[in-house]
Amino acid sequence: MTLSTYFDFIILPILTLSVVLVFIRLFKGPSIVDRVIALDLIITIGIGIITVYSIRQNQKILLDVAIILALIAFLGTIAFSYYIEKQKDD
Amino acid sequence: MIDIILAILSTLGALSILFASIGILRMPDFYLRLSVTVKASSLGVGLLLICAAIMFPDDASVTTKAIAIVFFLILTAPIAAHMIGRAAYFIGTPLWKGTVVDELDGMYNKETHELQSDPDKAIDKSTSTFNDQIADNDKETR
Repeated sequence: MTLSTYFDFIILPILTLSVVLVFIRLFKGPSIVDRVIALDLIITIGIGIITVYSIRQNQKILLDVAIILALIAFLGTIAFSYYIEKQKDD
Repeated sequence: MIDIILAILSTLGALSILFASIGILRMPDFYLRLSVTVKASSLGVGLLLICAAIMFPDDASVTTKAIAIVFFLILTAPIAAHMIGRAAYFIGTPLWKGTVVDELDGMYNKETHELQSDPDKAIDKSTSTFNDQIADNDKETR
């Protein structure tokens, strides 16, 4: 087994299964904060998928997208927690 | 030889991401889910990025980008987790029913959002109507 088939048939399916499992929590999460951390985890797994894809396709430029996604995930979680804490209807 | 190192690193990374996602699905309340998710996913993505840095050895820009992403994740993931956990405690997300001790109970001023660190000045739970956040059954947190 070469490394490219290993990436294609083992690593990428494991990451895809992870995204599906997290999406179940995003769908049914009992409170809003569960959904926020599920979204954050989906974006983090997306960074990993982009990394494996850039290795497979030999495209180094795709790692720029991963940097931007890491920024967006952090800012999104911070904004969500700021406004959740401000809300008045306890 | 380098193929074996890459295979081992990527397998460890993918497995820790898989464990993070199983943890977010199976853990019984929000705070345990948060605790599982942040650490395991940072480790997994970090290992996958080390794979990318080893894969392109003659290009310094890939290594620089990988180090930048890992540094940024390690720097920001605990801050985001702390802020979302604090916001979750403020809006009254219930803790698991098997929680032994809740040391934040009565320590947060819900009006000014200040944390009281002296246990003697906490809200007296025998006289006030403030009840604890530990859930009574599994249905509240699942």
